[in-house]
Amino acid sequence: MQKQQISVLAKQKKYNALGPCANIFTSINTGSWRLERPEVNYSECVKCGICAMYCPANVITINKTEKECVQFMWDYCKGCGICANECPKSCIAMIEEKEGE
Amino acid sequence: MIDIKSETQGYVAHGVSACAGCGMELIIRNILDVLGDDTTVVIPPGCSALFCGFGKETALKIPAFQGNLENSAAYATGIRAGYRAQGNNHTTVLVYAGDGGTLDIGLQSLSGMMERGEDVLYVCYDNEAYMNTGIQGSSATPFHAWSTTTPAGKNVMKKDLLSIAIAHRVPYCASCSMGNIPDLRHKFEKAKSIQGPRVIHVFSPCPTGWGIKPAKSVEVSRMAIQTGMWILYEYEYGKLKVNIKPKSLEPICTYLKMQKRFKQVTDEQMEELQQLVTANYNKMLKMEKI
Repeated sequence: MQKQQISVLAKQKKYNALGPCANIFTSINTGSWRLERPEVNYSECVKCGICAMYCPANVITINKTEKECVQFMWDYCKGCGICANECPKSCIAMIEEKEGE
Repeated sequence: MIDIKSETQGYVAHGVSACAGCGMELIIRNILDVLGDDTTVVIPPGCSALFCGFGKETALKIPAFQGNLENSAAYATGIRAGYRAQGNNHTTVLVYAGDGGTLDIGLQSLSGMMERGEDVLYVCYDNEAYMNTGIQGSSATPFHAWSTTTPAGKNVMKKDLLSIAIAHRVPYCASCSMGNIPDLRHKFEKAKSIQGPRVIHVFSPCPTGWGIKPAKSVEVSRMAIQTGMWILYEYEYGKLKVNIKPKSLEPICTYLKMQKRFKQVTDEQMEELQQLVTANYNKMLKMEKI
């Protein structure tokens, strides 16, 4: 495997790198770890963005123009529950993830 | 050079194999968000090595280098010297090491780096034990805390990294916490603009090793600030400043009872620890006035 990587790097003209090097940027599907899923009560949400600031996986985006303003990337959310714990209005609930849904 | 297979918002991949609720993951996302893509990262083996990736895969869009456990600061010195030889004075060289790689094994190379005054930003994320290898006690493990090598509680105090750094007369050093992200971002913006050795000590809870629920890790770090177990301060060109001063310190039992690693602490030990923590906090407030 190391030889393969060196041969890939040897073709690069811009960089002259020696030794094995990781050059594929990819994400693991950590969404499959999730046991509980955050669910937002949009009628109480004040769009403060604290959940997005403290999300360790950085999977929350706040879209202030839409009604469902808190958007999650379900492929990567690990279901840690920090967003629900940190929400100042306590409007995020953790609900159990059921199989097949 | 880099082959991007999945899109992300920042410079770190969304799906990395850190445990749910890990502080280290949130901290590196914010650091790289502040420092930008003109950064080179040096990472010793440990939990943070997952950002360098496995085999051909990486989780960082910026250049990262994985060295040995004991000489991250020396590697960073070399990278900095290489950049200087190329005429590059703008790239930030960042070391992202754990408490074992900083306070136990890497302390000599860190000390050498600070003595020589190299232009390196050294970050220690402190989860207070060797979490990656199975919760062995390190010199950053607090008084009376359980770990697999201190089953009855550690009987000595935690090493104070920033006092060691201040003794080397570094231009900037600071302590941050996962529980206060705006403060952390502000300190890294300041550190980016300063030349010379900079040391930042970040409090980073480990849900697995501390026996807390993943959802509570931010709450625990905030409670550490409220009780005085972790003081947020910065030292800039000889002047110390305590950034967050709680109106009155909470009793430390609220912090200790949140975690399973302090389960064996007796009332007498708690009283002893309370006195040490209060004395340390008052000492910091006095040092601020010097």
